[in-house]
Amino acid sequence: MTSHAATEKSRSRPAPPSPQDIRRKHVGDALFRGITALAAASVLALAAIYVVQMALNSWEAVRHFGWSFVVGTTWDPVFEEFGALPVIWGTVISSLLALLIAVPISLGVSIYLTEIAGRRIRRIIEFLIEILASIPSVVYGLWGIFVLVPLVRSIQPHLTSWFGFLPLFQGPPFGYGMLTAGIILAIMILPIMTSLTREALHAVPNHQREASLALASTRWEMIRHAVLPYNKSGIIAAIVLGLGRALGETMAVTMVIGNQPTISTSLFMPAQTIASLIANEFAEASSSLYLSVLIELGLLLFGITLLLNVGARLLVNRISHAGGRRR
Amino acid sequence: MTNRSFAHAVRTPPDRWSMQVTQAPAHAISVQGLHVYYGTVHALKGISLKIKTGQVTALIGPSGCGKSTFLRTLNRMNDLTEAVVAGSVFVLGENIYSPQVDVVELRRRVGMVFQTPNPFPKSIFENVVFGLRRQGIKDRRVLAEVAENSLKRAALWDEVKDRLHDSALTLSGGQQQRLCIARALALEPKVLLMDEPASALDPVATAKIEQLIMDLKGDYTIVIVTHNMQQAVRVSDETAFFLNGELIEMASTRTLFTQPADRRTEDYISGRFG
Ligand SMILES: Nc1ncnc2c1ncn2[C@@H]1O[C@H](COP(=O)(O)OP(=O)(O)OP(=O)(O)O)[C@@H](O)[C@H]1O
Ligand SMILES: [Mg+2]
Repeated sequence: MTSHAATEKSRSRPAPPSPQDIRRKHVGDALFRGITALAAASVLALAAIYVVQMALNSWEAVRHFGWSFVVGTTWDPVFEEFGALPVIWGTVISSLLALLIAVPISLGVSIYLTEIAGRRIRRIIEFLIEILASIPSVVYGLWGIFVLVPLVRSIQPHLTSWFGFLPLFQGPPFGYGMLTAGIILAIMILPIMTSLTREALHAVPNHQREASLALASTRWEMIRHAVLPYNKSGIIAAIVLGLGRALGETMAVTMVIGNQPTISTSLFMPAQTIASLIANEFAEASSSLYLSVLIELGLLLFGITLLLNVGARLLVNRISHAGGRRR
Repeated sequence: MTNRSFAHAVRTPPDRWSMQVTQAPAHAISVQGLHVYYGTVHALKGISLKIKTGQVTALIGPSGCGKSTFLRTLNRMNDLTEAVVAGSVFVLGENIYSPQVDVVELRRRVGMVFQTPNPFPKSIFENVVFGLRRQGIKDRRVLAEVAENSLKRAALWDEVKDRLHDSALTLSGGQQQRLCIARALALEPKVLLMDEPASALDPVATAKIEQLIMDLKGDYTIVIVTHNMQQAVRVSDETAFFLNGELIEMASTRTLFTQPADRRTEDYISGRFG
């Protein structure tokens, strides 16, 4: 406080600022504010243009099918029958499956990196994570085809013989399907989620750890009750970002999911996601109705992402208020 | 009475258990030849001292002389850094750097309050019972009772009793610091370590903390680091003066401030350096 006052004084001592100086400063402020506001507005404008354009271009399909588009289960371009429910299902389930696998791993790796690992190991792992994040998705897809698909195909009979009483684990051993897509998505979102979660844990001030340890908690209790709760919103933000990535991922998914728009309770059956269906069929969309249907799918994906994001935000708010009322 | 305890001491080796059975030992903390290194920094250079049970002991000295380092060796908070510790540190009769020591249990018996208040972003109540919950205590009646008692001891109860479930972050700095003290007291420690507990507070809040320290004296052995010489005089029974990682002198507070034995102590307390 005092030092601030001191610098304030020493700055103004040579010559008190003239009214012009002050005005010039204000002009600069206004200019700066204008430029940043413009930048912010352009983001909004882009989103608005995107939605409006998509809505216009999909209007034909919307009018033609109405709500039956969203709840219909048959996808047959030849007879121009378009029901999007299977791909909505495929999109949401494959992404949730990816989260189910990736969240515990990214959390575990982040905890290890911030709370346990020595400096050298931490550097190495962080470097590897960055490398993983930069691999193009088509390469992940190839890896999926040549490594993951055969792997899933070979372990599936075992899973079926152990857990076959659950519909989840029934079905023929294709290797291509929902589970494979979920795994590849999990691997692909792992780097970004881990690095964001690690940031979130890193942002927890050390005095919180000390407070917990000084109150006779073990290291694990410290992590569980002081470190993780301190930055829940950061961790959830990481998860939401991972989810967004998974929902929109196209190339790698299309290479391993089997590309059949069907709804199945089995993890091993082929399925299809919105993004992958658009990529697959866009070139073949001969009629204007078909094209309009694909664009409506794009709009739908936008809606799903928005919905899940808003849901996650609400969740964050709920959780952060649980830690004691703020006035 | 004295006769009996004397006979008892003769028959059994004078280990910590027999001492605890008869009476609390005169010294809660006893340090011999303590060295602490942070890499190449030799932060403490052969400290030997004893801290009396139930008294308030102040640690003073210029910035960087190793007061915090010393305090943090007493509950092994130094374990968090790459500090290397040599020498013997006995707290409550136990060699706390021996490999058999249960560090978590040590920290239950030796509480700590930090320079800046560091409440958890939880409710006031959850802050106070944090330590109890880690001990596995779930009974709501017990938790509520301990919370009330601890907050009363920390002279905070009247200010927060109607808002126990508000976030601790809604409290003022001084209230937060008393909350941190209450939180430490809830574990019923024997020793309380305080590292400049009032340095981030205004005079009124500081006075409250000092009053609190004097109230707690007797029931707890308190070691307090302070830069404020008047504060040391007001609250402490004994004072230790540190300089450049060495203990220059330790004496009753009155003696140290009126007739310091060492020239450097005199220079420091009269404000000639530091
Ligand atoms: N974690 C650490 N790593 C490396 N050096 C450290 C660390 N903590 C303290 N030191 C060094 O050890 C010496 C003693 O520091 P310490 O914090 O104990 O001083 P202090 O007396 O508490 O000072 P202050 O009054 O400013 O709090 C200083 O030279 C400091 O730079
Ligand atoms: Mg210090």
